[in-house]
Parts: sequence; structure tokens; C-alpha cells
Amino acid sequence: MSATGALVDGTVLLAENNILLSPELASRLQFGWTITVHILFAALSIGLAPYIVYFTWKDVRSDDPAYARLRSFWINVFAVGFVMGTVTGIPMSFQFGTNFPRFAEVSGELIGGPLAFEAKMAFFLEAVFLGILLFGRERVSDRTYVLSSILTGVGAWLSGFWILVVNAWMQTPRGFELVERNGVEIAKLTDPVAAFFTPRMPWMYVHMMNASVIAVTLVVAGIAAYFVWRNRDSVAWNTALRMAVVVLLITAPLQALHGDAYGRHVADTQPQKFAAMEAHYETGQADLHLIAIPRSLDALTDPRTDNLFTVSLPGLGSFLASGGDFSAEVVGLHEYDENPPVALVFWSFRLMVGLGFLFVGLALWGGNRLRKGRLSDSGRYLRAMMLSSPLGYVALLTGWYVTEIGRQPWVVQDVLKTSDAVSRSLTATEATGTLVAFVLLYLALLAAFGAVLKWLIEGEIERMGVSTVDDTSRPRLPWVSGDD
Amino acid sequence: MTELLPVDRYLVDSLPTIWFGVVVFSLAMYVALDGLDFGIGMLYATRDEHERETLLAAFGPIWDANEVWLVAFGTTLLAAFPPIYARLLSGHYLLSIAIVMGLLVRGVAPELREQREDPDWRRRCDRLFVFGSTVTPLLLGVLVGSWAFGTPTLSAPSLLTGVGLVALCVTSGAAFVAAKTSGSLADAMVRYGTTATVVYLVGVVALLAVVALTNPSNVRALLLSAPALGAVLATVSFAGAGLAAARLDRHRLWFGTTFGLSFALVGLVAVLLYPRLHPASGLTVDAAVVSPLALNLTTVLGLPVLALVLWYFKFLYGTFAGPVDGSEA
Repeated sequence: MSATGALVDGTVLLAENNILLSPELASRLQFGWTITVHILFAALSIGLAPYIVYFTWKDVRSDDPAYARLRSFWINVFAVGFVMGTVTGIPMSFQFGTNFPRFAEVSGELIGGPLAFEAKMAFFLEAVFLGILLFGRERVSDRTYVLSSILTGVGAWLSGFWILVVNAWMQTPRGFELVERNGVEIAKLTDPVAAFFTPRMPWMYVHMMNASVIAVTLVVAGIAAYFVWRNRDSVAWNTALRMAVVVLLITAPLQALHGDAYGRHVADTQPQKFAAMEAHYETGQADLHLIAIPRSLDALTDPRTDNLFTVSLPGLGSFLASGGDFSAEVVGLHEYDENPPVALVFWSFRLMVGLGFLFVGLALWGGNRLRKGRLSDSGRYLRAMMLSSPLGYVALLTGWYVTEIGRQPWVVQDVLKTSDAVSRSLTATEATGTLVAFVLLYLALLAAFGAVLKWLIEGEIERMGVSTVDDTSRPRLPWVSGDD
Repeated sequence: MTELLPVDRYLVDSLPTIWFGVVVFSLAMYVALDGLDFGIGMLYATRDEHERETLLAAFGPIWDANEVWLVAFGTTLLAAFPPIYARLLSGHYLLSIAIVMGLLVRGVAPELREQREDPDWRRRCDRLFVFGSTVTPLLLGVLVGSWAFGTPTLSAPSLLTGVGLVALCVTSGAAFVAAKTSGSLADAMVRYGTTATVVYLVGVVALLAVVALTNPSNVRALLLSAPALGAVLATVSFAGAGLAAARLDRHRLWFGTTFGLSFALVGLVAVLLYPRLHPASGLTVDAAVVSPLALNLTTVLGLPVLALVLWYFKFLYGTFAGPVDGSEA
């Protein structure tokens, strides 16, 4: 059990040296933590890009002050998020060299190209045209300005494409053969089409891009709901809220249906991950646990059928994995020498799926109110959207954990183990030290981003003319008007 | 039909060398462009509140795009020479991590500064901005020096390269700001830039002397080769031309010479690294390069895009050409 093994090794080191983690465990925690923070901002760029394009286009075309408001507010968020995405993104590719140099060396021919294309085709595009978008309103024509917003968005989506080419290859590697070079067995590229368009690639791209749109849409909806709650007549924020509900009506059901088919694909291509998602230990018929409640604290760290209260559909796991046979044999985790940390995968998967259903519910509820033309009347709906605004991100992160932690002990499925990819020269002191530094630095970064968001929201409230004091029982101030 | 993507031979025999050139070019672009950002960040410490706004107005639209050249350099190195990427970064673990953290602080601080009017908040962000802008090029120079000379982090050649890069960045930043402003601010930039150029030249001479004396990784012979002497001569010429242009208030020309200085420095590094791409282990370009199919593919898909990227930069710098004024930021 690699992860458990690493945990045990780490704990032993911890006991011996009091504070230090093993280089492997520290490297994995460091990569996991830095990607957790980075992905928030990467998804922000991807999910917000279509909104930015739309607001910019409407603003330039119609001179409608509501769209000018929305453009200005969200471009500010986008700009700060993009800076944070850049500065947290650079450590990601660096860590392939600093912490996992064996991974860089073994799969360099397969991952190097796509990462270089990401920088050249996507990252430059996004950075250059965002510069124009943020600072060039008075310097370029309307047409160039709108085009800059589109190119910024294309950059974000293309960036996601190349990154997921790399990640999908790590899940379902194709298009290579193992050869020896400089005394190391490395993956040599033999078929670029197979290597770039691996079986996982289309699944992952649709799922991740849609997840980013959902996550950002819930943030947009939550913030819009707050502004509408404070100022029911705000034209701009009622528009934003309606838009978000419409987008959610399309994306949330799509994600649920797509996710179901994606699960079947995972069962085909990564049976061990599928077994971990269902905590399925004994080979045989697999049930699908719709709801699982731990009976004891042990169930949280080591979920098993016998320590969970479950609402299960007997044989549905087999049905999904086999594509139609309720009694099909599903390989259990006991068949493998090493397994991923099952608890993390099992509970992350449950949280993600549960939230996915919640989003469908929120979309239908909002759609129904929208149809009746009473979206902003319901204080209950507005509050629900406010409370749900971070949940899209929770679903996105837990989904990412299922994918990446579920792949363990492999960094490249069945080709290279994570433990073999870690730097041999890295010491426990160095690895633990940088882990602590990254945790502190990124917590500060998150706090700063939260503060910026808060200030932007306060600024908007002030601009609308409603008091920033949270007291909605008070009648609205007389100068508050509906037009923005 | 000729094969579009040959599997077992490079499109041209010298393709590995060409990609060595692309790696070097990306690094030189990074040093020249983000170098001026670092320079602005350091010179920022010497300016008053109004002039700081002017510096930020010059810095704002371009720095993020400039920084991407580091990513282009790193990923190109990984795509063409994976073992070098792996050894360079894992061999300088703390240095590499400190560089990305320095970049983080440098990038985030000015963005956060602009979100509040509060003077205390701004002073704190300003300090972080100056700190990140100073430490990052220093550490990057140390990393490049350690790479090229195969020397430890705390050694004279590595440290001198770091100090040299800091002086070079101040020169680039001063010339860029001078080209975009006038009056007392431009005059101050000429003063700082002149001093930085002199410090840079002294640093380069000291570095060459130390390397010639200690001969780390047997680079002395390479240092006496014609291309290396050419790079040194180019450094002296561009520095001289820059000093003259600065004195004559030909600020745009001065800024042009700082590009020459950056390319000459990275050119010198390239001479030391060819063909022995990783002096510490002796791994060469031909031993480290990826297989023909992979490199051919990167060539066909990557090189045309690189030309497009250069056009983007022409467009970006063209859009924001001309004098800056802090009040428009």
C-alpha cells in the first residue's frame, strides 16, 4: 500500500526525528497542496472567461450600463485570479523537476511537448491579451478589445486542453514504448496521436471544463444573489443571477449524465481506482452505494461495507462496470499489492456526486422560479445560492482528488510508481521545510484573494448606495434606485 | 511522398542543436524582458509615491506576459532535454523553490497594493514587491551560474553571476523607464542605470577572472574560445553604447542596448553549455535530447507558434508604446 506505506514511513520518520516527513510523503503533500490552490485559480480563468467575453461584447455593443458594471466587476476578479493562477502555476511544472525528476526524465518525451505547447500556444496568448483587456480600453478599437477578451478566453481553454493531455496520458498512457537511455528506462514517443488523444482525454476535458464553468457559475450566482438580496432592483445583478441560473440549468444536468458515463469508462480503464471509489475489497458482484454513513470513526479512515450504513443498489456497480450485467465480477482491492488511500477516494467521490445532485436541484429550483418570473422574490432561493457559492469548487476539488489520488500508487498508470519518481537527492529536511513554506505562503495567498473579493463586494455595495451594514430588516435608503 | 514526421531521423541533422538554440533564446528573452520588470521593482524602492504609480503603470500591462518566457524556457528544456530539466532542478532544490516563491511575491504584491488606498497596506505591499524583485534575479543568477560552471550554490562564480544579473536587471529597468518618461524621473533613471552598468561590467570582469583562476568543470578552455570572447566583446560594446546613449538622452536606443546585454550574457552561458549541457554530470546535448519523432513533432507544432508569440509581443508593446503617466493606471 503505497500511500499507506508512505504514511507509515512518514510517521516512523516523524517519531524518530520528531518533526520531519519522508521526502516522498512531503513531496506528495506539497504537490497535492500546491495543485489544490492552483486549480482554484485555473478553474476561475476557465469558468469566468465565457462570462467576460459576453459582458465585454454586450458592453461594447449596447452601451448598457448594467453590462459595463458586470464587465468591470468581473474583470477585476479575473485579473487578480489570473495573477494568482500564474504565480501558483509556475511551481507546478517546476516540481516535476525539483521533487519528481524521475517522472520528468521517464515521461519527458510524452509530457514535455504538451507542456511546451501549453506555454507557447495558450499561456502567452492569455497573458498578452489580458494585458490589452485590462489596460488597453482606451488604446485599441472596440473590435480589437472584444477580440482580446475572446483570445484571453481561448488561451484559458487551450491551456486546460494541453494540461489535460498530460494528465489523461498519466491515467491511460498510450503511444510510447519503454527503452533504455542514459541508464534509465524511459518512455519513448512512438505515436503522437495516440499519446495526445488517449482514451481518457475527451472524458476529462469535458468533465473538467464543465466543472470549472459550474464552479464559477455558482460563485457568480452567489455573489449576484447577495447583491440582489441587498438591492432587489439592481438591473445588473438581476441579469447576472438570471444568466447564472440558465447556465446552471444546462451545465449541472450535463455534468451528472456525463459523470455517469465517465464512471463506466474509469471502471474499464482503471479498475483499481473504480474499486477504491466504491471501497470494493472482495472480487465479485459490486453494489453501488448511493448513500454511506459511517457507523464508527474507523469508517471515516477505512470505509468497508461492514462499518457503513449504506443505501445501496445491489449489483449496480457490476452493471455500470460491465455495461449491463448486474452480476458481473468486479475486481476487488484485495487483488492488488498496493492500493490508493481508499478513504480519501471513497469519501471524495461521495461528496462530489452528492454535490452534483444538489446543483441539479438548485438549477431546477431556479429554473422554475425564472419561468414564473419571480427569481429574485424568494429570499430563501437567494440565501441558498449564497450558501452554495463555494460548493462548485468543493465538487471540483474532490473530483480532482478522486482522479489523482485514485491513480496511486502510480504516477503514470502501470508504468511508473510515484515512489520511484521522487528525487533521490531530496532530504527529509528540505522536503518538509518547503512543504511548510508552501502551506504558509499559499494560505496567505488565499487569505489575500478572499480579502480582495470582500473589498470588491463592499465597493460594489457602496456604489449601489446601500449601507454595508448587514441589516436587511431596515427599509432601503431613499436614494437607492434600481438603475445601475 | 516524403514523410512529414520522420520517426527515426531528425528533420535536419542539426535539430538537437537548433533546439538548444531555442532553449537559449527563451532564456535570453526571459532575462531581457522579465529583467526589466525586476529592474523596475528594484528602482521602485528609490521613488516617491507619485513616481511609483508611474512605474506601476509601465509595469502593469507587460510583466505577466514577460514572466511567461520563464515557463517557455522551462517547458522547452523539458520537451527537448528532459534529463537536464530533471537534474538541474532536483540538483538545486532549495534554490529552485525559492525562485518560484520569489516570483510569487513579486507578482502578487503590486496587484494587491492597488486594491486598497490605505497607506500602511501599500507600504507593506511595496516592501514585498521590492523584496521579490531583488531576490528573484539574484537567485536565478546563482542557479544559472551553478548550472553553467557546475559550481555549488555558495561559490564565487555562482554568487557573482547572481550579483551580475541583479545589476543587469537594474540597467534594463532604468532604460525602459527612461524611454517611457521624461524630466526628473528619466534623469534619475539615467543615473541609476549608469551606475548599474558599471557594476555589471565590474561583476562580469570579476566573474571571468574567478573562473579563469579556479577553472571549475574545466570551462577555462571554453572561455578562451572565439564565441565566448565574442560574447564578452559584445557585452563591453553594448554597455559602452548604452552608457553613451543614456548620456545623450537617446533613451529608446539605450533600452535597445540592454537587450543586447541580456543576449550577450545568455550567449556566454550558451557557449559554456554547448555541447556539454550539464557540466556537473557531463551529459551532452546529443545524449540528453529526446528521440527524433518527439523532437520533430515539437518542431512542427512549436516553432511556428514561437514566431506567432513574437508577433503578440510586438503588438503588446506597440499598444502600450509611448510615455506613461501614473494617473492613468
